Amino acid sequence: MAAESIDISNAMVTQPTTLGDWMLVAPVGVPILFGAILLMVRHETRLHASVAIAGLLLTLGANAALLLQVLADGPQVMTMGRWLPPFGISFTADVLGASLSFVAMLVASVCALYAMKDIGTTGRRYGFYPFVMLLMAGVGGSFLTGDIFNLYVWFEVFLISSFGLLILGSTERQLDGATKYAILNLVGTTLFLTATAYLYGTFGTLNMADIARKAEAMRETGPLMTLAVLYLLAFGMKAAAFPVNFWLPASYHTPRIVTAALFGGVLTKVGVYALLRVLVMLFPVERAELSGVIAWVAAGTMVLGIMGAIAQSDIRRVLGFVVISGVGVMLAGLALGTETGLTGTILYAFHSVLAMTALYLLAGVMKGLGGSYSLHELGGLYRSYPAMGAFALVLMLAAAGLPPASGLWPKVLLVRASLEAGWPWLSFAILLTGLLTTIALGRVYILAIWRDRQEVAPAGEAAIGRPGFGYTSLVLLCVPIILLGVYPEPFIRVAAAAAGGLLDSSSYIGAVFPVEAVQ
Amino acid sequence: MEVALSFVVGVFFAVAIYLMLSKHIIRILLGVSIFGNAVNLSIFTAGRLTREVPPIIPEALQTPEVATANPLPQALVLTAIVISFSLFAFLLVLAFRAYQELGTDDTDGMRVAEPEGEPMPPLGY
Repeated sequence: MAAESIDISNAMVTQPTTLGDWMLVAPVGVPILFGAILLMVRHETRLHASVAIAGLLLTLGANAALLLQVLADGPQVMTMGRWLPPFGISFTADVLGASLSFVAMLVASVCALYAMKDIGTTGRRYGFYPFVMLLMAGVGGSFLTGDIFNLYVWFEVFLISSFGLLILGSTERQLDGATKYAILNLVGTTLFLTATAYLYGTFGTLNMADIARKAEAMRETGPLMTLAVLYLLAFGMKAAAFPVNFWLPASYHTPRIVTAALFGGVLTKVGVYALLRVLVMLFPVERAELSGVIAWVAAGTMVLGIMGAIAQSDIRRVLGFVVISGVGVMLAGLALGTETGLTGTILYAFHSVLAMTALYLLAGVMKGLGGSYSLHELGGLYRSYPAMGAFALVLMLAAAGLPPASGLWPKVLLVRASLEAGWPWLSFAILLTGLLTTIALGRVYILAIWRDRQEVAPAGEAAIGRPGFGYTSLVLLCVPIILLGVYPEPFIRVAAAAAGGLLDSSSYIGAVFPVEAVQ
Repeated sequence: MEVALSFVVGVFFAVAIYLMLSKHIIRILLGVSIFGNAVNLSIFTAGRLTREVPPIIPEALQTPEVATANPLPQALVLTAIVISFSLFAFLLVLAFRAYQELGTDDTDGMRVAEPEGEPMPPLGY
C-alpha cells in the first residue's frame, strides 16, 4: 500500500468535523430520520403526531442553536465526504438561510400540533406526518445548502412531499388542483435545472461561494445575463410571481387546511429565498440590470394578487391571493437591491411565514366553529366566540401591515428604501396593496365575524364547536407576530445581518474557502 | 460534437414546449418528459464531450496525464434522470386519477377547483 505517501490534504479536509458543524445538517437529517421512523410505525397511527412533533421540536432546537452560532461566528460550512469545497457538496449556513429555516421549522411544529385533531386516522395512514417531515427536510436543505445542484435536489424533495400532502383525501377538487400544481411546479424546477446546466457549462463549478467569486472574471465572456434571466423565471415560478403564479390560486385552497397553512407559509418563501441567494449574491450586476423588470413584476404581483383576493368569496381562496400579494412585496426589495430594501424583504419573509400560516389555521378554526369557508354562509362568530374574533383581528392587521402586528415594519423599510431609490411609484404600489389587503381581509372580518348569524344553514356538516388545538396553535403563532410588531429591533437586526451577508458575500466565500486552504 | 448535440437539445426543447402548449394533459405530460430529457442532454453537453480516454492515473502521478471525460455531469444527469423519472411516474398516475374522477383530460374542462361563474362575495349585510 502506497497510501502513506499520498498527501490527501490537497483534495480532502483532514481535520475532523467538530460537533458544532454537525448542527448544520441537523435541520435536514433530523426530519429525514423521524420521517423514516414514522414510516416504520405507519400502522401505529396514534403514535404519529407525538413522534412528528418531537422530531420537529428537536429540529427547531438544533436550528435555534445553529442560528445563534451563525449570528455569533459568521457563516458555518460543512463539506460532505470531506472533499475540499469546490469538489464536495458544501452545506453553508449564513444568517439568511439559518433564520428562514428556523421560522419555517417553527410554523411546521405548530402545524403538526394543529394537525393532531385535524388529520384523522385515514389521513395519518396515508402518510400525512411522514410527508410533513420530508417536506421540512427539503425546505431545510434548500435554505442551508451551499451548492446549486444540491438546491435543485432539495427543491425536488419538498416538491414530491408536497404532492403527497396536496392529494391527501383524493377528492375531485384536490385532483384538479394537484394536477395544475404538479405540472407547473415540475416545469418550474426543470427550468431551474436548465439554468444550472448552462451555469455548469459556463463556470465549471456548482458551489455557490465558488460561483460568487468567479462571477466577476466570467462577466466579460460568459452569458451571465441569460443565466440570471433563466433563474429569475424559474424561481419566480416557484415563488408565484405575477405572470407565472396561476398554479397557486388553482391549488392552495384544495388540500386540508393545515396543509394549506404549511404551503402558504413556507413554500413560496423558498422561491423568494432562492431568488435572493442567486440574484443578489451570485449575479449582483445582472440583478441591477434587471431591477426595472423585477420592480414591475413585483408591483404586478402585489396589486393584481390582492385584487384577486377581493373577488373571492371562499376564505381559503382569499388567503391564496394574499400569499401572492405578499410575494410581490418581497420582490420589491429584490428589485431595489439596497441594504434597507433587502432587510425589508427578509423581515417581510419572516412575517409572511408566520402570518400566512396563522391566517390559514384561523380559517380552519372558523370552519370548525362556523361550519363553512364561504363568506355567504359564515356569520355571527363574534357573538359566540369573541376570543377567535381577537385572534382574527390581530392576524388581519398583521397581513394588512397595520400596527401593532408584524406586517408594519417590513413595509416601513420597503417604502423607505423605494423612496430612497427614487421609485415613488413602487412605494405607492406597496401602500396601495396595504389598503386593498385591509379591504379584502376587513370584509372577511365584517362578514364572517361581525355580521349576524346567517339564516341559511351551512351546506357542509354542522358546526363542530371545538377548534381542537386551534387556539393553542394560534396563540403560539400570534406571540411572535405581536413581538415582531411591538419590539422589532432584534428581528430587524437579524434581517439586516442577513441582507448584509447577501450584499457582501466575502464572509460567505471566506467560510467556504478559508485563506490557508486556497494557498 | 458539442455543436451537433446543441442542435439536438434545441430540437428537444422546441418539441417539448410545443407539446406543453397543448390543452390536453397527456400531451403536456409527454412534453414535460421530453423537457426533462432536453435538460439532461444539455447538462451532458455542458460538461464537454471527451471520448475514449480511460480515466486511469499512472502510479507515479496524482492526476491523469491527459484530459479525460468529466464525470460530474454524468453524475448530475443520473440524479436528474432518477428525479424526473419518479416525478413523471407520479404525474402519470395523478393524470389518470384526475381523468377517472373528472372525466376529461382537457384543461379547459378541468374547472372543479375553480368553478366558472362563482358568485361574487356579499356586497352588504
